[in-house]
Amino acid sequence: MSHITDLSFSELKKALNDRTLSSVEITSAFLDRIDALNPTLNAFITITRDEAMQAANDADTLISQGAGTPYTGLPIAHKDLFCTDGTLTTCGSKILSNFVAPYDAQVVSQCKNAGLVSLGKLNMDEFAMGSSNENSYYGPVKNPWDTTRVPGGSSGGSAAAVAANLTPLATATDTGGSIRQPAAFTGTSGLKPTYGRVSRFGMIAYASSLDQGGLIAQTAEDIAHGLGLIAGHDSRDSTSADQPVPDYTQTLNDSLKGKVIGIPKEFFDDRLDSAMRQAMNEVLDVLKSLGATTTEVSLEHVAEAIPAYYVIAPAEASSNLSRFDGVRFGYRADSPTDLMDLYERSRGEGFGSEVKRRILIGTYALSEGYYDAYYKKAQQIRRLIRDDFNRALGTCDLLFGPTTPSTAFVIGEKTADPVAMYLEDIYTVATNMAGLPGGSFQAPLINGLPTGYQLTGRAFGESMILNAAHQVQTVTDWHTLRPEGV
Amino acid sequence: MYEAVIGLEVHVQLSTDSKIFSGSSTHFGAEPNTQASLIDLGMPGVLPVPNAKAFEMAVKFGLAIDAEIGQESIFDRKNYFYPDLPKGYQISQFEKPIVGPGRVTISLDDGTTKTINVTRAHLEEDAGKSVHDAFDGMTGVDLNRAGTPLLEIVSEPELRSAKEAVAYLKVIHSIIRYLDISDGNMAEGSMRCDCNVSIRPKGSDTLGTRTEIKNVNSFRFVEKAINTEINRQIEILEDGGRVIQETRLYDPDKDETRSMRSKEEANDYRYFPDPDLLPVVLDDSFISACRDALPELPEARKARYINDYGITDYDAGVLVADRDVADYFADVANTSGEGKLAANWVMGSVLAELNQTGGAITDFAVTAKQLSDLIARIKDNTLNSKTAKTVFEALLASEGEVDAIIESKGLVQVTDTGAIEAIVDEVIAENPDQVANYRAAPEDKQGKMLGFFVGQVMKKSQGKANPQAVNQILSAKLSG
Repeated sequence: MSHITDLSFSELKKALNDRTLSSVEITSAFLDRIDALNPTLNAFITITRDEAMQAANDADTLISQGAGTPYTGLPIAHKDLFCTDGTLTTCGSKILSNFVAPYDAQVVSQCKNAGLVSLGKLNMDEFAMGSSNENSYYGPVKNPWDTTRVPGGSSGGSAAAVAANLTPLATATDTGGSIRQPAAFTGTSGLKPTYGRVSRFGMIAYASSLDQGGLIAQTAEDIAHGLGLIAGHDSRDSTSADQPVPDYTQTLNDSLKGKVIGIPKEFFDDRLDSAMRQAMNEVLDVLKSLGATTTEVSLEHVAEAIPAYYVIAPAEASSNLSRFDGVRFGYRADSPTDLMDLYERSRGEGFGSEVKRRILIGTYALSEGYYDAYYKKAQQIRRLIRDDFNRALGTCDLLFGPTTPSTAFVIGEKTADPVAMYLEDIYTVATNMAGLPGGSFQAPLINGLPTGYQLTGRAFGESMILNAAHQVQTVTDWHTLRPEGV
Repeated sequence: MYEAVIGLEVHVQLSTDSKIFSGSSTHFGAEPNTQASLIDLGMPGVLPVPNAKAFEMAVKFGLAIDAEIGQESIFDRKNYFYPDLPKGYQISQFEKPIVGPGRVTISLDDGTTKTINVTRAHLEEDAGKSVHDAFDGMTGVDLNRAGTPLLEIVSEPELRSAKEAVAYLKVIHSIIRYLDISDGNMAEGSMRCDCNVSIRPKGSDTLGTRTEIKNVNSFRFVEKAINTEINRQIEILEDGGRVIQETRLYDPDKDETRSMRSKEEANDYRYFPDPDLLPVVLDDSFISACRDALPELPEARKARYINDYGITDYDAGVLVADRDVADYFADVANTSGEGKLAANWVMGSVLAELNQTGGAITDFAVTAKQLSDLIARIKDNTLNSKTAKTVFEALLASEGEVDAIIESKGLVQVTDTGAIEAIVDEVIAENPDQVANYRAAPEDKQGKMLGFFVGQVMKKSQGKANPQAVNQILSAKLSG
C-alpha cells in the first residue's frame, strides 16, 4: 500500500470506513508531511496540530461507537478567508494578522458537522486578490512542481497543499478564477460551484456578487464528496440558493453518450498557445471517445469580461474592505493622533499594494460622475455575457476550454505588470460574471508542468461537470501525476 | 418680502423587535454594545439578512399616505467612514425606494388645509452612537443602535413656514403612531428631522441656495431652528451676501445654527446596489395584506368622531391628533355616553395637565373609567362644575375612586329644594338693599343681577347646591 498521504480523499474515506486506517493515523501522517514540506512550500499560514489531533481522537472514538458520518475523521484544510472560531483568520493580510475569528463560517461548520478534521489555514493572495499567490503578507506559496514557479492564485495555498499531498481536500474560493487557475497550475482538480450554491456566510468578502466557495482535491470524485458537505441553502446568506443538493457521487459514472460539449471559438482563436491547444485536443479526444459530441459555439462578449470584471470586482471590494479601519478589530496603527490618522495609517500600513490598487480603482469607478460610465456599463456587459453563456448552454450540456493561457509562470515574472497578471484570468472570469459553475481538471503536462481544462455547466449543473471530469479521469492518468522531489 | 422654501427629511425608527439586518434586539437604553451582534459589529465575513417586518411597516406607511409602493426596491450601500458606522457603509435605498410619491394634508392656522407631497420613503439602517463624555480625552462607540431600521420620509420643498413644517411633522408623527410602526419619541431619537431651508423673494419661482439643518429632535426646536435659519439667511441677503450650500447644526441653548460642513467638503457616498442583498420584490398579496391590516387613520377617525359623538370639527381634530388621546377620549365618551362632556374634559383638564407635566396619556393618573364615572356624577347632578373640578384634582392625586372621593369630601350636590329654599330665604333676608334694587330694575337687567344672589347661595352651601335649582328658587322668591 502506498503512503497514507498519497491517498485521495475518496481512498482515505474507504480506508476509514473499512477501518484499515484510523483518523489519528491519517491526521498525524498529514501533519508530519506539512511539518516537513511547509517550510519550503509556504502553503499553510496556520497549522492547528493540537486541535486536529484532538478532533482525530474524537473522530476515532465516534467511529468505534459506530457513530459519526461517513466522513468522520477525514482531513481538510481551509483557505484563510473562511472564519474559524478561535483560530487566526488572516485573509493573507497584515490588517488581519492578529484577527482570531469569533465564529465559524458556514462552510467551516458544515465540515465540522460532517466530522472532518481541519489541519489548518491555507495561504492565499491578500483578500483573494491575485493570480499567483505573490500578494500574501505571509509570503509567496511555491508550486510543488517547480518551487521557482507560482502555484496560481488566489487559492494558491489550497492548490499547492493538495498537489503536495499536505491535505487530501481543501476549501478555496473563486471570484475570477481563484480556484480553477491554481488547480490548473498545480495538477489538481478544482470546482467553483454556481453562485449561491455554497454559503458565503463567514467567507471574508472580496467581490460579493462574484465570490463563491468551492474545493480543490486530487479528483473529481473527491470534489463530489466534498461538495455534498458544503453546498446548500443558508438562511444567513440572502444570496444563497434554496435549491436541493443532489448526491454528486451518484451521477459520477453516468455515460457521456449523447452529451454535447460546446467549444467556444473565442477560447480557441489564434492567440492560443500551440502546446496548450494540443493538450486541449487530447482531452477533447478522450471526451469524444467516451461518447460526447462537440459543437462550436460563440461567447460574443467574452473578450469584455476582463475589463468589466476589473470594474465590478474592485468596486465591490472598495466597499467591502471599508470595515477594516483599525477601530474594532485587526491591525491598528501605533499612537494615532486623530481619527483620520487612525484610518489612514491603519489602512495604509495594513493593506498590501495590490489591495490598495483595487480599492483605488473601485473607489474611482463608483465616484459621482463616473458611475454610469464604469460601474453601470460593466453591469450591462455582465448581463450580455450571462446571456451569451445561457444561449450556448441552451444547446450544450457543458462548455469546454483551457483554464489558463499557459502553464505556471516563474515567481516575480509578472509582479511588475498588473495587467499581464489580470490576463491570467482571461478564460475563467466570464464564468463568474455569468454566475455559472466551472471546474478545472488535469490535462496533459506541457514541458513537465501541469495544465488544466475547464468545464462550465448550467446553473446548478455541478453534477454534469463532475460526471464528465470523473469519466475522463477513469480512462486517463493525468490526475494521478504528482510532482517529484517534494 | 421673502418667502421660505422648506423640505423635511424625517427619520423614523421602526419599532421592530429586532434589527433590520440582524437578529439583535432594538430595545432602547441597554448597556453599551450589549445589543450588537457580529453582524451589527461588521465583523469580517458576516452578511445582512433583511427583516420582513420592516418591509411591512414601510408599506403600511406608504399606503397611509396614498403613495406608490415600489414592487421591486433595491438596497444600496452609502459609503463613508465614521467610527459609529461599523461596515464603512450604511445600507440604504437610493434609486429604487420601497415607497414612492405620496401626500399628506396639513391644517393651517387660518382653518384651511394644504396638501404636501411626499417624494419618497426608503428603508435604511441606523448607525451607532459616538459617546464623547464617557472617557476622558477619548471617544467611545456604542453600537446598540447600529442596524435599527429607519424609514426616511422625504417631503417636497412645499412648506412655506416653520409653522407649516411643524404641522407637517405632526401629521407624519400622527400617522406613524396610528400605524404603530414607531414610538415616535423624538427625545429618544426615534424620530429625527433634517430641515432643508432656503429663501427667495416673494413671488419668485426660482429656488434660493438651501442649507440643511441636521438632526433636530423636537417639534419646538424644528420651529425655532427653521425660524432662526430663515432670519440668518435674510440677514445675509439684506447685507448683500450670498447663502452657502452647507450642512448646519441647530444649538437650542444659543438658539442659533452653525456650519457643520460645506458642499465642497461633502462626502461622495458612492452609492451602488448592495451585492449581499437581493432586490426586494413585494407581491400583490403582501401589499394587500398590509392594506387589510391598516388601522383607522387620523382623517377617518376625525370624521367618525364628529358623526358618532356630535363634537365639532375643531374638537375632533384636536382629539384625534394623538392616537392614544383619541383612544382615551373614545373610551370616556363610550363609557359615559356623553361625547360633548367627554370632549370638554379631555381637551380641557386632561390635555392641560399633560401639557403642563409633559406626561403621556397612557400613564395618566386619571383613567378613562374614572373620568367617565366623574362625568356620570355630573350628569346625574351629584356634582356641579365646581365640585367636579375638586374631584378631578383628587383623582389626579390618586386619592381613590370618584364616589369614595365625593363621599369623603362631602361633595354631594344639594338638590333638596327645602334645604335650598332655606338658604335662599336667609340670603334674601340678609341683603334687603340688593333685593330692593333687583325688584326695582327692569326685567332685562334682572338676569344679570341674579348672579349676585346665586353667588351668595352657593357660598353658603359650600358649592354643593344645585345651580339650576338655586336659579329657579331665587327668581321665584325674588319676583314674588
